[in-house]
Amino acid sequence: MHGITFDIAHLLAGSLVLVSFMQLYQDRLYALLNIYALHALVLAASVAWQAFVQDAPHLYVTAAIALLFKAIVIPIALHRIIVRLGIHREIETVVGVGPTMLLGIGLVALSMVVMLRVTAEADPLAREDLAFALSVVLLGLLMMVTRRNAVSQVVGFMSLENGLVLAATGAKGMPLVVEISVAFSVLIAFIVIGIFLFRIRERFDSVDLQELDRFRGERQ
Amino acid sequence: MMVLYALYGVAALLVLAPIAVTLTFSPRASKVIYGASLIISVALGAIGLNSLFDNAVSAAALPLGLPWIGAHFRIDALAAFFVIVVNLGGATASLFALGYGRHEETPERVLPFYPIYLAAMNLVVLADDAFSFLVSWEFMSLTSWALVIAHHRDRENMRAGYVYLLMASFGTMALLLAFGLLTGGNGNYVFDAIRATHPAAALSAMVLILALLGAGSKAGIVPLHAWLPLAHPAAPSHVSALMSGVMTKVAVYGFVRIVFDLVGPPAWWWSMAVLAAGGISAVMGVLYALMQHDLKRLLAYHTVENIGIIYIGLGLALAFKAHGMAVAAALALTAGLFHVFNHSVFKSLLFFGAGSVLNATGERDMEHLGGLIHRMPQTAFVFLVGCVAISALPPLNGFVSEWLTFQAILLSPQLPSWGLKLLVPAVGALLALSAALAAACFVKAFGVTFLGRPRTPAAAKARETDSNSLAAMFALAALCFVAGILPGIFIDALAPVTHALLGMSMPHQSGLDWLTVVPIAESRSSYNGLLVFIFVTLSGSIAAFAIHRLASDRLRRGPAWDCGYPDPSLATQYTASSFAQPIRRVYGSMVFRAREIGEMPPPGSIAPARLTVELRDLIWDTLYAPVAVVIGFATERINILQFLTIRRYLSLVFAALVFLLLVLAIWS
Amino acid sequence: MVLTRDFFFQAGQMLLVLLLSPLLTGFVRKVKARLLRREGPPLLQPYRDLIRLTRKEVVLAQNASWLFRVIPYIIFAGTWVAAALVPTFRSGLLFSWTADLIAIIALLGSARFFLALAGLDVGTSFGGIGASREMMIASLAEPAMLMIMFTLALIVGSTQLSAMAAFMLSSQVGLRVSLGLALLALIMVAIAENARIPVDNPATHLELTMVHEAMVLEYSGRHLALIDLTSELKLLLYVSLIGCLFVPWGIAAPGAGAQAIATGIATYVAKLAAGGVLLALFETAIAKMRVFRVPEFLGVALMLGLLAALLRFVSGSL
Repeated sequence: MHGITFDIAHLLAGSLVLVSFMQLYQDRLYALLNIYALHALVLAASVAWQAFVQDAPHLYVTAAIALLFKAIVIPIALHRIIVRLGIHREIETVVGVGPTMLLGIGLVALSMVVMLRVTAEADPLAREDLAFALSVVLLGLLMMVTRRNAVSQVVGFMSLENGLVLAATGAKGMPLVVEISVAFSVLIAFIVIGIFLFRIRERFDSVDLQELDRFRGERQ
Repeated sequence: MMVLYALYGVAALLVLAPIAVTLTFSPRASKVIYGASLIISVALGAIGLNSLFDNAVSAAALPLGLPWIGAHFRIDALAAFFVIVVNLGGATASLFALGYGRHEETPERVLPFYPIYLAAMNLVVLADDAFSFLVSWEFMSLTSWALVIAHHRDRENMRAGYVYLLMASFGTMALLLAFGLLTGGNGNYVFDAIRATHPAAALSAMVLILALLGAGSKAGIVPLHAWLPLAHPAAPSHVSALMSGVMTKVAVYGFVRIVFDLVGPPAWWWSMAVLAAGGISAVMGVLYALMQHDLKRLLAYHTVENIGIIYIGLGLALAFKAHGMAVAAALALTAGLFHVFNHSVFKSLLFFGAGSVLNATGERDMEHLGGLIHRMPQTAFVFLVGCVAISALPPLNGFVSEWLTFQAILLSPQLPSWGLKLLVPAVGALLALSAALAAACFVKAFGVTFLGRPRTPAAAKARETDSNSLAAMFALAALCFVAGILPGIFIDALAPVTHALLGMSMPHQSGLDWLTVVPIAESRSSYNGLLVFIFVTLSGSIAAFAIHRLASDRLRRGPAWDCGYPDPSLATQYTASSFAQPIRRVYGSMVFRAREIGEMPPPGSIAPARLTVELRDLIWDTLYAPVAVVIGFATERINILQFLTIRRYLSLVFAALVFLLLVLAIWS
Repeated sequence: MVLTRDFFFQAGQMLLVLLLSPLLTGFVRKVKARLLRREGPPLLQPYRDLIRLTRKEVVLAQNASWLFRVIPYIIFAGTWVAAALVPTFRSGLLFSWTADLIAIIALLGSARFFLALAGLDVGTSFGGIGASREMMIASLAEPAMLMIMFTLALIVGSTQLSAMAAFMLSSQVGLRVSLGLALLALIMVAIAENARIPVDNPATHLELTMVHEAMVLEYSGRHLALIDLTSELKLLLYVSLIGCLFVPWGIAAPGAGAQAIATGIATYVAKLAAGGVLLALFETAIAKMRVFRVPEFLGVALMLGLLAALLRFVSGSL
């Protein structure tokens, strides 16, 4: 009824949700970074397809930025940070995989319901893409909430940002300057976080947040 | 007319009770009572069949009970179906007890109550006004309570009876309030009058909640199920079969009667409550069952799962009815009611098998059994048929009702409300999960009890049960088979019931080619149990024939291979707990806070190592235990009233009087 | 005339699946061996194994019951009937209306039920290990399979496999997200049900790594031949199922001529070969999981199936 363009757009957006689930399943940091690189790759493909469908050449630039920075540069840099911090063998989750997945499904269901009800009169292609994008955002937040390790939380934050990019491209009309500013802010935040991780590591010999909680000032 | 015959039958059952009292110490008492119950139950079942196939409604009003209400009884399509279910269970239980009852140590505590129990269950189904319904319901509860504490020397049984009495009272209170709301205060308790008056929407919702609590607690919906696994195993086996297989269905009847018939048009969100209750009961019931190693307790917990499946069907029917999708509602209701019939058949069969095993070995604990397939081959065979049926495997009947429920779930994307759109796939997943876990549960139940090597001398010396018990079990096994192969007959038999409740029934099934079952349309889905059975048998026979023609047919017996290290010790075979260990690890840590504690002795010590498995019933801890604590606390405080001085009592009376005068003064 | 022709094709399919299944297993083993730079057993070795086993004498444990002897026939019959109902080279099977996909899944479930009972029958600890692990895996794989079935039935509007194959061939099916999720979940379930790496090792005889092999440890002779043939049939069934649902091109429509039938058979054999190669690659590239990671693996399959069904409920075009 819709045609192949809709289907491919939905397929790519759905794959992004699937890769977010794969991120939730991982408990080793190397694998997590590889899956994040895949996440950014699928995002780049999705944005490129949107550029093709909407006939908006500036989105190609967005796709290229996503591909270059998020799929290549940032994973390599995080890889190096992990090796230097020496935490590359750690396995960490707060809640087990099963409950996390169940929560993830519930979040996807919630975002589907919310988006499809709220945007009842909008363009059908955009509605479902927005629903998927909200799912990716919520799954990124879920990842930040259920992880102990600071690096995994950074990955969760960045996959959240990927979801926002997907939403913005799907909604037809994200100017390039917004994308560049968002990308730069992510880069700055990332650099700052990286510096902080090193300082924390120097002071406290660990980046496990549960450990760090003991050193908070107002608690005895 | 029919209903009068049914009432005569019930009266005959009631007459048996004083006969049982007078005959108590005679050795032929049990034969007389159970034989008479068998004959009367068969007659009542025939009356039910007649009414169902004639699709006739007959009512009668007797001048019993309260003078301004009387007692009204009616047999319509729904009541006829449940009369058949009740009396099928009653007849087979009586047949079984003809053999089993001889081993009863205290027949005077069982025989008088048994016919009253059967009579009460029949009366609940036949009742046509709220008063007779509730009185019969209470009689049902009380006589089954008496039967539960029949073996009163065992402390566990007494505790089971206590919890059962509490929960039964709670259930009756909920039903009392529900009927009170339904009559709307105008004092006319006859069901016809209730059907005519429709309470307001909020009150209808309250009625649904109360019916769910009242009938649900008797049926065994989680979280009101806690009495079921205590009480059902405590009773003698034929009574356990009646409680699990029949009384829970009478509770389902109560729910269907109130929610589908008396309360009027349903709101769509009611189905969400019923579906959620059904789905959770299905999964929790089977998980509890998997953790048990007492055979009867496992079967009792498993009843909770099947009641969950029935409620899922009922919930779907309610959802479709609320949205006006009558054909889909008919399919869902047929699925639920067919499962009512199927479950009463195979659960009775399984309880009879457990009763035979208990009689033959004196053991209920699976960990003390084993190898019974050699000692009790016929019981093992029928128990296997029951296990295959309850695990919803083709070509037996459990599969057909589950298949119909899945077909109903596949129709539900057409439901417009969002809540249902999210809940129904989740409930479908829970149903699928419970079906798979049920298969695991019954592999464990059959495998550990009947297969393997005997773990105790009691199991090694078991003997086959008597022919009456075997006849009852074989009859039920044959019924499982027939209902699986020819489900069209049963679906057509249920058509008048769904027609009466929903105004629509499933398409006519007999007359289709080769006795296929087509629930909605030929192009959508169809199932033919007979042909599947024929194909599987044919393929198996071809394979057997080919093998025996072309292959060597030599056979030699030897010791078990066991990878070259056979251990003659009987303790090295898998026990029930070890079989359930992988599933316990996967699901148990979340659901039961399961913990395995291994204590290893230090090296050099010859003390044995111990493995302890700790399971906690979270529902008991969070729901029942606090209530018990609060009530205990409150009663401790109120108990002071017993020990007051005379002056204090007088001041209490004085204060009450002054208070009443104040009320009169202010509120005029 | 149409009836006899349809009957002929149905019987032909039954024979075809029976004859091709050992070949598929032999092919997978050969490819795996070649990937490991070994020569590997000949392609027709499974046939020779089956014939050799049927000629041997059966050695039964002393306390094995009648059930133990009957079970190989029961599971073979159930799996064969299920395999005969999955369209391979031609849709519109004569008896496809007797058992739809739910019934096929349940037939495989009953085969598994009886195999687990066989494991418990002799009363050894190996049989118990195999049976308990198998039922744990089944408790997650079967619901995942049912959720996949839901998704497909919701897309197609029917639970019959012939109707599903015909729908997938038509132009109405798009590249739906739920289909992609269902495919992924089906592959994971197929790996678990066929006792392949990473869930179970079909070539091992070590206790720690056994599931399927442990249950059939006490079988020998013609019984073992039947059980081996059953597991080969099951592998063929799953590959055919994935082929007919997700790669349906080449399946002849009912009423097509000899040309279409020949094309159908050729594409079917090609699909089997492709499936075999992919399976061999996957098994060689990945290690076997610890037993208690399998529930997480299958839990993901169940979640994917649930998500796919949810998407179908929520939106008509997903």
